[in-house]
Amino acid sequence: MKNYLSGALVAATLFSPISSAEPTEVHFWHAFSGRLGELVATQVGDFNASQTDYTVVQTHKGNYSETLNSGIAAFRANEQPHILMVFEVGTATMMAARGAVRPLHEVMELSGASFDQDAYIGAVKGYYTSTEGDMLSLPFNASTPVLWVNRDAMAAAGVDPDTDLSTWQSVGTALTALKAGGEECPLVTAWQSWIHLENLSAYHDVPFATQDNGFAGLDTELTLNGEAQVAHLSAMGQWAKDGKFIYTGRRNEGGANFRSGECALFTESSAGYAGIKKEATFDFEVRPLPYWKGLGNSPQNTIIGGASLWVMEGHSDAEYTGAGEFLSFLSSTDVQAQWHQDTGYLPITAEAGDATRASGFYAANPGTEVAVIQMTANKPTANSNGLRLGSFDQIRGIIDEELEGIWSGDKTAQEAMDSAKERGDALLRRFESANR
Amino acid sequence: MNQRVTFRGWWLPILLIAPQVLVSAVFFYYPAGQAIWQSLFIPDPFGLSSRFVGLGNFEFLFSDKYYRASFLTTAVFSILVSLCSMIPALFLAVMADRLIKGSGVYRTMLIWPYAVAPAIAGVLWLFMFNTRVGIVSWYLGHLGYDWNHVLNGGEAMGLVVIASAWGRISYNFLFFLAALQAVPRSVIEAAAIDGARFWKRFWTIVLPLLSPIAFFLLVVNIVYSFFETFGVIHTITSGGPQQSTTVLVYKVFSDGFVGQDLGSSAAQSVVLLFVVGLLTIIQFKYIEKRVHY
Repeated sequence: MKNYLSGALVAATLFSPISSAEPTEVHFWHAFSGRLGELVATQVGDFNASQTDYTVVQTHKGNYSETLNSGIAAFRANEQPHILMVFEVGTATMMAARGAVRPLHEVMELSGASFDQDAYIGAVKGYYTSTEGDMLSLPFNASTPVLWVNRDAMAAAGVDPDTDLSTWQSVGTALTALKAGGEECPLVTAWQSWIHLENLSAYHDVPFATQDNGFAGLDTELTLNGEAQVAHLSAMGQWAKDGKFIYTGRRNEGGANFRSGECALFTESSAGYAGIKKEATFDFEVRPLPYWKGLGNSPQNTIIGGASLWVMEGHSDAEYTGAGEFLSFLSSTDVQAQWHQDTGYLPITAEAGDATRASGFYAANPGTEVAVIQMTANKPTANSNGLRLGSFDQIRGIIDEELEGIWSGDKTAQEAMDSAKERGDALLRRFESANR
Repeated sequence: MNQRVTFRGWWLPILLIAPQVLVSAVFFYYPAGQAIWQSLFIPDPFGLSSRFVGLGNFEFLFSDKYYRASFLTTAVFSILVSLCSMIPALFLAVMADRLIKGSGVYRTMLIWPYAVAPAIAGVLWLFMFNTRVGIVSWYLGHLGYDWNHVLNGGEAMGLVVIASAWGRISYNFLFFLAALQAVPRSVIEAAAIDGARFWKRFWTIVLPLLSPIAFFLLVVNIVYSFFETFGVIHTITSGGPQQSTTVLVYKVFSDGFVGQDLGSSAAQSVVLLFVVGLLTIIQFKYIEKRVHY
């Protein structure tokens, strides 16, 4: 009897591929430091504590660009991690790299972890989904632009803080009143290309680029010099000239101006919530991003920014199983709801949103639901699924340059966007030829 | 009689130059060769495939009018950085050289900024000139000047020039001071006895004697402003507003490391290699003739 038992034990040890003695390591490179870095470390720690087969090792690799670069360099040296965080503009680069990445749905299938593509919010997963409807990477942190209002500054300038700001027309009226009321910084923005071109296009259901914004093929061309975009940028240019819109820089420099109470209105990501709540000493409010009434098919839905997790090629099946388990853990309702509430990033599954609502979080923190509603109000169209353009980081650089031409009054909106299209298209053709 | 010293055999001379050749080969010829080779391809970022395009990368670059314009930006930037780092350095060196008491303290203080990494120097200057919270822009505002380098190209250029030149002043100071101390006292004293005042002595005796070191520093500073300034530009302006501070080396960096376009980035470094090579040849051929050793 004793012999039988030990024999069975030996057999079990021999035939089970994953022994419990040595957990399989899964490496995860990300771009989060500070508070967000701590939250990621907690998620990883919770996963490691929840089971014994796998150990996820998380490493901070710098900002978004640096993390992507490290991943690429590591792949070239054959030392790539299993999971790499890539920001949304790097999506086309990753997708084109067949042979370097393993699509999410294949990893999940292999790992056998629970994975239901329909559970993810359409507007969030759309950015990372193939034209066949398969998810290629896991959305991790997703946010969308909203309008932040400094109610005290509005009142100080003699403008009713509850005034309608749902359309750019009414925002224009408010800006004039703010300026007349002595406000020196009526409107400021962060991430100008993302908010005032990419999201503007999606929100008005007009294309940013041909071929379904690049989803349908690499032979895409920019259409950001269309009527809707030029109309918006002309108005913004006029506001800049009149001192109603203050330009502070290409990234999120404007956040400092808003949080210090200097500016009345601020277009910024919904993920700015944590920072604004912590620093603002004034009464603030979140409103939906304004749209132009009567322009395009507005309001459609806004698109996301942020990053997703890509699984890289070149590892063993056991490691992929571990990666799949970890990604499944990250998508689970509790983890997602917690992440959403801690950071202000959007929940990636509808269930996590429902759980947050049920917990009373939205009621206790007014405005936190605005972004979720704005994202999910309408079913995304081909123009509002997201963008999938090669060399998009560089194209954004070009757009930044051209927008600066508008703000400084050197160029009209039409001239600037025509030039952005011409220069951006040259890069798209280059990307197409590199990835043919 | 013209006597030439010759070595017998080949082994000893080869052995003697071998270390230098080896260092040049490993740190210069090999990477330069790699860059030239890479500039003929359009690779994908992951190194999965690579397409030979001949001179296609160069054609793409020179058909871009913004790239051509960046040559002018680079010229303006390099000249300004060289001037702004050499003239104050020379002035400070002359002053420090005259000190009798406490010269060690002054010298140490003047050399300090060289220890600050370029990117950090960039952040420091950016902070002082920040359009909203910067202390300098605040004072300028009180004087009635509205500083806004995020939209004003000239101000942006001025800021990156100052930030790039600042640390170099220390480096140049060090060389100028050493050169000043090597000027023979007897010559200066003789001139002083003849009644030449300080600035007269400086212009007619000291400066000509400093010319070899000034020439050396000119070459080194130009090379510095061409190659090592992208950290400052990256932290302060990212090449903007519009393209007003996009110098050639910043474009190499941003296309290669931000845009993942390695083919174009390699082609740009080859262009840069030729430009700097050409400049150095010109400097040695024409300016060196006016330098007295």
